[in-house]
Amino acid sequence: MTDKATEMSDQAVGRSRRLRTAFAALGMLPVLILLAAGFQFMNPRFLTETNLLIVTQQSSINIVLAAGMTFVILTGGIDLSVGSILAASAMVAVMVSLVPEWGMLGVPAAILVGLGFGVINGLLVAYIKLPPFIVTLGSLTAVRGVARLLGQDTTVFNSDLPFDFIGNGSLFGIPWLVIIALSVVVLSWLVLKRTVLGTWIYAVGGNAEAARLTGIKVPLVLLFVYGVSGLLAGLGGAMSAARLYAANGLQLGQSYELDAIAAVILGGTSFVGGVGSIWGTLIGGLIIAVLSNGLILAGVSDIWQYIIKGLVIIVAVALDRYRLQAGART
Amino acid sequence: MTAAARIETARRPVLEMRHISKTFGPIRALQDVSLTVHAGELHALMGENGAGKSTLMKVLSGAYRPDTGGEILMDGMPAATGDPIKARANGIAVIYQELSLAPNLTVAQNIFLGNEPRRFGIVDRDQCNRRAKEIIARLGVSFSARASVSSLSLGERQLVEIARALSTSARIIVMDEPTTSLTSRETDRLFEVIATLKSQGIAIIYISHRMEEVYQLADRVSVLRDSGYVGTLERSDLNASRLVSMMVGRDLSAFYKKDHRPPDSKRAIALSVRGMSDGNLLKDCSFDLHKGEVLALAGLVGSGRTELARLIFGADRHTSGTLELDGEPITIGSPREALDAGIAYLTEDRKELGLFLDMSISDNISMGVLARDARAGGLRDFATAERRASKAVSDLSIRTRSVQANAGSLSGGNQQKVLLARLLETEPRVLILDEPTRGVDVGAKSEIYRLIDDLAKKGIAILMISSELPEVIGVADRVLVMRDGAISGEVTASEGQPLSQETIMELATGAAKG
Repeated sequence: MTDKATEMSDQAVGRSRRLRTAFAALGMLPVLILLAAGFQFMNPRFLTETNLLIVTQQSSINIVLAAGMTFVILTGGIDLSVGSILAASAMVAVMVSLVPEWGMLGVPAAILVGLGFGVINGLLVAYIKLPPFIVTLGSLTAVRGVARLLGQDTTVFNSDLPFDFIGNGSLFGIPWLVIIALSVVVLSWLVLKRTVLGTWIYAVGGNAEAARLTGIKVPLVLLFVYGVSGLLAGLGGAMSAARLYAANGLQLGQSYELDAIAAVILGGTSFVGGVGSIWGTLIGGLIIAVLSNGLILAGVSDIWQYIIKGLVIIVAVALDRYRLQAGART
Repeated sequence: MTAAARIETARRPVLEMRHISKTFGPIRALQDVSLTVHAGELHALMGENGAGKSTLMKVLSGAYRPDTGGEILMDGMPAATGDPIKARANGIAVIYQELSLAPNLTVAQNIFLGNEPRRFGIVDRDQCNRRAKEIIARLGVSFSARASVSSLSLGERQLVEIARALSTSARIIVMDEPTTSLTSRETDRLFEVIATLKSQGIAIIYISHRMEEVYQLADRVSVLRDSGYVGTLERSDLNASRLVSMMVGRDLSAFYKKDHRPPDSKRAIALSVRGMSDGNLLKDCSFDLHKGEVLALAGLVGSGRTELARLIFGADRHTSGTLELDGEPITIGSPREALDAGIAYLTEDRKELGLFLDMSISDNISMGVLARDARAGGLRDFATAERRASKAVSDLSIRTRSVQANAGSLSGGNQQKVLLARLLETEPRVLILDEPTRGVDVGAKSEIYRLIDDLAKKGIAILMISSELPEVIGVADRVLVMRDGAISGEVTASEGQPLSQETIMELATGAAKG
């Protein structure tokens, strides 16, 4: 092949790769729109202001968890412990709010507890070099136990929660939950796409050994992503406590990690790391919320909702595989 | 009729490979190679790295189908090609360097893996053990058929592989560098087993770089070079200098030539390596690298060149040894520390260990200096990255439509230039290049050679690992040769006398009696 021909085929390859990248980022937006249109067709109540506010509110906690999960999955890891961390943090948030004079400190306390658990996950993955699946499977169980221990396995209430506006208030008609979720997404985008650390995260996920040989401190990057995931799970705990005026170590946040992972994968982030975007995760989270809400409005039973959501996760992973094959590296 | 010719007719060829060629797209891996192997002989196959030995053996084992015109005859009858199952049924067995045993199963289970003797559809364990015992006895070795393979040494595992070959009634056994990871006692035992196999009429094709083994074992030696057949020597004609010249003799006029700077003892030492060992392969490696010099590290695959480079760069841990950079002792514990000290390393495996294929060319080039370029708060400085990338693209003539294109979209040569550009952005004083032109087309090769020369002229000390002798001769000022994890010698050019390929090859294979 002549240089000219090589160059042209390089260009063609580059163009098709770019198309694929665009497809991966946008890929699920048409699905979201189609789903919304379909549910609207089945039940005209779907696309009303009230219902859309409910959908976004319901999706907000999952989107916050999924944002943290995006960081982790971009490095090729996984964090199964976010649901348990959310429960423990919510317990701490309510318990701290019950202490006289401390009230508002419940929120930072929840976030710090989440960060603490995340850092422990990160230390085990980054420095002891244990597989992320096993580390976070362990903390999924252990932290759940801690959450139950915190309230002696009871539900803690605070009907006079000082930060209840987070869960139930609005600013200019937009619920605080939605504002927080969107802020988290925008901040995540800033970190991932605009900072050196963000580029390192993509590099570690794309090729960890190459990253090490390029002088990137891979363990620090891993510590950071698990820390972020924990911190956002802590924030999710505060949001959830604020919404319910209560927390329960046993039930709260059960299987939230699965919804978060599903949102990330639906959003086009590759399970092996290195490829993906936070906007995709936002769309993925909205798809899951629209699905739940739409199925309820359509009168689908609780049992069938489980089955359909499970199938969606499998289809999402199938799509991930398909995209990897299509993008087979030269 | 001479005595030798009479013996020749008495022996019958069990295998004839005739006019075997193999092309992969534009690359010609084998060109009209013929090989005749007799029953009960040990036929050594020699040649440089990449001469075509492995490809020829893959054609024999059926992994590759030869191009039309090539044929394989067994006992004078044409045999099927490109079919591994038929090749095995014909009695061809290959024992690879990486053993393929299931360590958690027993010796007998491994010997009959996939070929278990059955009774009423169930594996007949008694028969399995009994037959395994017979085969082990035939080899004259002493481990139990019921032993777990994980309890055996590497040498014993190799014997299990040979037993497996015998269980399928192999008549030709190919051994690819069988002694690489064996102790000398294990090697002796392997040689005894080889003698037993020969006495039973089994032919052995033996691939090895080690002259002393070939001397000791071979009945005949065939040499391949640059994908072609060079010739075959009878045992009586074996002679080290003749073998070496058959392996390297080629016309160098087509390759890059540079003005050889004679070694200048006055030139300052950039990097001084003393007593580097890794507690495994590398033993006590010491050398000096001067400023503005291109020092080549030659040697066969597996001689420890990459391992030594990785120790110096801090990618792996050394157990002993010291480094001095510009006369100052330094300790390097990680690639980050090496880069900060001014030592950069180009990996030999750019796709697995070098590039971020899903990231832009610009990100790939700036990856090592992101933190240095960052604006306040750790924010990326995209303008600087873009400027670095554009400059590198024009300086190194990287052919791409945009610096935002993914690195994975580039051709091999351009990917290599991107990787080189990343190293140069760290402004190294010592540059270690591991196979800098591997998988790179001819045009990009000569551009990389020119770049290496320019960098040396700027005073950068360059250590270049290369398996291509013409490249070593054409680019280096001085050559260190490694063999079995140690530096076996140094080759320098003298007045009007270029670096000698023959000397390098002798040091690399151990043909030189030192």
